[in-house]
Amino acid sequence: MLAFTMRRLLATVPVMAIVAIIVFSLLYLTPGDPAAVLAGEQATAADIERLRIALGLDQPFLTRFGQWIGGVVQGDLGTSVFSRRPVMDLIIQRLEPTIALTVASLLIAVAIALPLGIIAAWRSGGIVDRVAMSFAVLGFSVPVFVLSYLLIMLFSVELKILPVQGYVPIAYGIGPFLSHLILPALSLGIVNAALIARITRAAMLEVLNQDYIRVARAKGLSVRKVLLKHALKNAAVPIVTVIGISFALLISGVVVTETVFNIPGLGRLTVDAILRRDYPVIQGVILVFSATYVVVNLLVDLSYGLFDPRIKY
Amino acid sequence: MTAANTVSNVVPQRSAFHIWRRHPNLTVGTAMLLIAIFAAIAAPWLGTIDPQLIAPFNRLQTPDSQFWFGGDLIGRDVYSRTIYGARVSLAVGLGVAICGISLGLVVGLLSGFVSWVDSVLMRVMDGLMAIPSILLAVALISLTGASLKNVIIAISIAEVPRVARLVRSVVLSLKERPYVEAAITSGTPFVSILLRHILPNTLAPLLVQGTYIFASAVLIEAILSFIGAGTPPTTPSWGNIIAEGRSVFSIAPHIVLFPGIALSFTVLGVNLLGDGLRDAYDPRFVSRA
Repeated sequence: MLAFTMRRLLATVPVMAIVAIIVFSLLYLTPGDPAAVLAGEQATAADIERLRIALGLDQPFLTRFGQWIGGVVQGDLGTSVFSRRPVMDLIIQRLEPTIALTVASLLIAVAIALPLGIIAAWRSGGIVDRVAMSFAVLGFSVPVFVLSYLLIMLFSVELKILPVQGYVPIAYGIGPFLSHLILPALSLGIVNAALIARITRAAMLEVLNQDYIRVARAKGLSVRKVLLKHALKNAAVPIVTVIGISFALLISGVVVTETVFNIPGLGRLTVDAILRRDYPVIQGVILVFSATYVVVNLLVDLSYGLFDPRIKY
Repeated sequence: MTAANTVSNVVPQRSAFHIWRRHPNLTVGTAMLLIAIFAAIAAPWLGTIDPQLIAPFNRLQTPDSQFWFGGDLIGRDVYSRTIYGARVSLAVGLGVAICGISLGLVVGLLSGFVSWVDSVLMRVMDGLMAIPSILLAVALISLTGASLKNVIIAISIAEVPRVARLVRSVVLSLKERPYVEAAITSGTPFVSILLRHILPNTLAPLLVQGTYIFASAVLIEAILSFIGAGTPPTTPSWGNIIAEGRSVFSIAPHIVLFPGIALSFTVLGVNLLGDGLRDAYDPRFVSRA
């Protein structure tokens, strides 16, 4: 297990290296002059030149890449061309809301998707199955921001029981923190639940057809025990895998949801950086998000052994 | 058309009704997509006015018999903008499906056939896959400038790894099949093997994948426009209209609502079409459904 963990950990290094190379090379690979595009239409030649130096575009590719990657491994993601502050500081400041939103959405998604997928598989072909799967298709066809606005309209504008937008840090009290978090987390959670529910259903169907399930029922175990203990545990590997994959969906969702609900997190930082053409910040956010995605999927891989002792490393 | 079940014709001919009964997803999805395509093509004749026409008196106008979807922040007709917006979404969906699949096909075929290229290309694909597609598109567009062409290219690049992996896995499994091995040993030219044995077998999975790419491209375009990194504001697109209506959402929800419904309708249609196609070509799923 330890050897496998180390091997798997080492395998993430080339992936992250390639992510870094891709993100960095975009500046050089894109056609045209990125300094001119980033500087905007009103920029003077001097502005463009200043930006070119700030981005290091005046230096040869390899020199600049060496400097940049040397900084990145030490936690230096460069300096924002807009606020002139270290990108790492900007990211750390915005971390809390994004982590809160991501964790809450993931919890909601799993809490909706698992029961739905399990019941749909158990009663496959029945009315519950049809309704659940229609919900699932609908869930990943409705864009996060449309769902967000529908929820705002219902809970904030009509019923007036939840705030329209904003974020309250957890340090300012758990009540206001949760009341501001629930709508964004719900919209993001529902969209992710759709994907997870579909895979849960498929994985459970596969397992429920096995002989040992019939044996378990025949020897008199309750439906609940058979479904949760015998079936779910054996269907866990694909379910955990899709939860890991859905994390990518969650990251894109965060960017949108934070915009809709005006949450000062990493997503909002990205959107502001786009509007201000602040490429170092965009670069830094992409690296952080991609690294998180890689780590989450590493944890998913490592978790397989917990659910299925037959998987030996 | 009746089901002709003669001895010589073992497979009964399917009537339209039969197809609908067996593949409701396929039928409903196709119908929904056709409606969206019709709206995009026939936009000027569907009772629309100039989607850019500013009429200050119609600012935040609520929907009525004259302005079916109401007016936006500066008095433009939301109905006309929504109908014209279908053009951008469908163009991006189709453009990305075509570019993404073509690029992915080339990468996948190279990986499947040339083993030294394989390890390099697949590592690059792993890296690309680790970057969330929206952020990759955001980075590309911020460097090249927002235009319809750049949006299509940026989303296509983000979709390439998935197609490449799919094609590669088909090629690798086909290479082991006796009939392909026989073709290789008997000296069949590579191009013939490719055209006769490999490409026809990638067609069905790529068609299914293509619909999912289409759906995800439409969504990503809307998100990009919504966060200000997509279609330029001068062109009405569903994401743009929603972004413009954002600030006045609580007093004029119709600006967000109607393009939102159009967007969900189109993506739902394409997703149903994809599910239907998958069921139709992969009988494993039909028996389960």
